[in-house]
Amino acid sequence: MSWSRRVLAPYLLVLPGGLWLLLFFVIPMVTMLSLSLQQGDIVNGYVFTGHWQTYVDAISNYRVQLVRSLIYGAITTILLIVIAFPVAYWIAFYGGRRKPTYLFLLLLPFFVSFVLRTISWRQILTDDGILLGSLKQIHLLPDNFHILGTPAAVIGGLVYNFLPFMVLPVYVALERIDPRVVEAARDLYSNPAAAFTKVILPLALPGVFAGVLMTFVPASSDYVNSAVLGSPETTMIGQVIQSQFLVSSNYPMASALSFTLMAVLLFGVFSYARVLGTEDVMKVAAR
Amino acid sequence: MTQAVLEDAPVVKPRRSRLTGGRALYIYTWVIMAWLILPVLFMIAFGFNDTPGRYNQTWEGFTFKWYGRVFDLDELTKALVVSLGVAVVSSFVAGALGTGIGYALGRFRFRGSGTLNLIMFATISSPELVMGTSLLTLFVSVGAGLGVVTITIAHIMFSISFVAIVVRARVLTLDRSIEEAAADLGANAWTTFWRITFPIILPAVGAGMMLAFALSLDDFVVTNFTAGTTTTFPLWIWGATRVGLPPQVNVMGTLIFMAGVLLAVASSIRSRPRKRS
Repeated sequence: MSWSRRVLAPYLLVLPGGLWLLLFFVIPMVTMLSLSLQQGDIVNGYVFTGHWQTYVDAISNYRVQLVRSLIYGAITTILLIVIAFPVAYWIAFYGGRRKPTYLFLLLLPFFVSFVLRTISWRQILTDDGILLGSLKQIHLLPDNFHILGTPAAVIGGLVYNFLPFMVLPVYVALERIDPRVVEAARDLYSNPAAAFTKVILPLALPGVFAGVLMTFVPASSDYVNSAVLGSPETTMIGQVIQSQFLVSSNYPMASALSFTLMAVLLFGVFSYARVLGTEDVMKVAAR
Repeated sequence: MTQAVLEDAPVVKPRRSRLTGGRALYIYTWVIMAWLILPVLFMIAFGFNDTPGRYNQTWEGFTFKWYGRVFDLDELTKALVVSLGVAVVSSFVAGALGTGIGYALGRFRFRGSGTLNLIMFATISSPELVMGTSLLTLFVSVGAGLGVVTITIAHIMFSISFVAIVVRARVLTLDRSIEEAAADLGANAWTTFWRITFPIILPAVGAGMMLAFALSLDDFVVTNFTAGTTTTFPLWIWGATRVGLPPQVNVMGTLIFMAGVLLAVASSIRSRPRKRS
C-alpha cells in the first residue's frame, strides 16, 4: 500500500458515516438552537432576532412540567438501582452456566415494541380490567380504587421500560469482579456485609454510573409512559414539547423547550459525574 | 445486544458459602422476570380473545379467528410494511457506514478521531426527543417533505454509532499477525481486507445490523417527529390507543415477538459449537 493511501484510508472509511452524522445530528442541533432564537410563524417564515424572551416564556410557562419530569426521572433512576442491583448481583454471582439464559430472559420482553408494551400495561391496569377488575370482584380492593392516571402508574411504566438498561451495565461490572477478591476479603475476616460494602459495591459503582446515564436521560424526557399511563396531573415536559411541535406548530417555543430540557439533563449528568469523579465518565464514554 | 451478551459471559462459579443472599435473591430475580414478561403474556393471550371489535380488555373466550384476519386492517398492514422496509434499508446503510467508522477507529490513529468518538457518544446519550425535534426543525427549515425518506434518514443516523461501536470492539481484538501473514504471502491491502479481515469482523457487522434493524423497527419517538403523515407500526398503535386497540395488533406483536425470539435462539445455537472448540 502506498504511503498516501495508508494515510488517507481512515478518512475515506469515516467520510460517509461522519458526513451523515454531521448533516443529520450536528447541523439539526444548530438549526434548532437558531430556530429557538427566531420569531415568526410557520406560514410567513421565521427571522433570526436573537429573541431570548422565548426561553424565559418557555421556562415560566412550563416550569411545573419540567420539574415534574426531573423528579419522575430521578425517582425512576433510584428505584431502578434498588430493583436492578439484586437481579444483576444474583445473575453475576449465582447464575453459573445459565447466565446467558437469564440475560436472554431479561431481554425477552424487548422483542415487543416499546409502545405496545406500555399500552399492554394500560390494558392490564385499567379500572375494570383483568387485574383490578378481578381484585375488586373478590373485594380485595375498594370499588373506587384506580392506578391509571396516578404518578405511580407513570413511574411504574418508566421503571418497567428502562429496567434492562440498569441491570446490564451493573451486571457487566459485577461479572468482572474476580470471586477470589471477595474470598480474599473473607479470608481477611470481613463479614459478608463488610465484603459487600467494602469490596463488591465500590467495584460495581462504574456499572451503576453507566446505568444512571442510560436511564435518567431517557426517563426524564419520555412522553409515551406519561401519555399512555398518566393523566393531565402527570404531564411531563416531553408531552409539552411534542404538542408544541406537532399540534401547535409553535417551533421557536418548542425548540427553546427542547434545548432547555437537554441543557438541564446535561447539567444533571455532568454534576453527577463531578461528584463521582470524571475518571468513570471517561470510562463510560470510551466504552 | 442479546447476542453480544450471550457470548461475553464467562462461566464463574464462586463458592456459595462465601457470598450472601442465594435463596432469597433467586426468588426475587424470578419475581422480577415474571413482572417483565407479564405484559407480553397479556399481549399474546389477548390475541386469542374472542372480542367483538376494538374493545379488547375483558376476556370473552378463546378464538383463533384474529390470526386468520391478521391482515384485514389495510392501514395497519401498510404501517407494518413501511416499518419493515425502513428497518431493512436503514440496517444495511447504517451497517455499511457504521462498519467504515468502526473499522477506522479500531485500526487507525488519525486526526479527528476524538471528535468523531465524541459525536458518536453524543448520538447515543442524547434524549431521543431532542434528536427527533432537531431533525424536524432541519427538515422544516430546508422545506423537505416528511415521509418514508426522512424516517429512514433519521433511523440511519441513530443506528450508525451502535454499529460502529460493535464493529470497533471486534476490530480491536483482531490478531494483526493474520493480516501480516497474508501480506507476507503477497496479498495487497484490498485482497487482505476482503479475504481475511472482513470475514473475521462479519459476525460483528451482522450483530450491528441486527441491532440497527431492531432499533429501527421499535423506534417511536424520533419517527413521530420525522414521519409527517406516514405511519409506521409503532405510530399506528400510538394513534389507535384513543379509539381502542384491535386484536390484530396483539397478533402482529406476537408474531414479531416469536420471530425475534426464534432468530436470537437460532443465532445463539449456531455460535455455540464454535465457542467450545
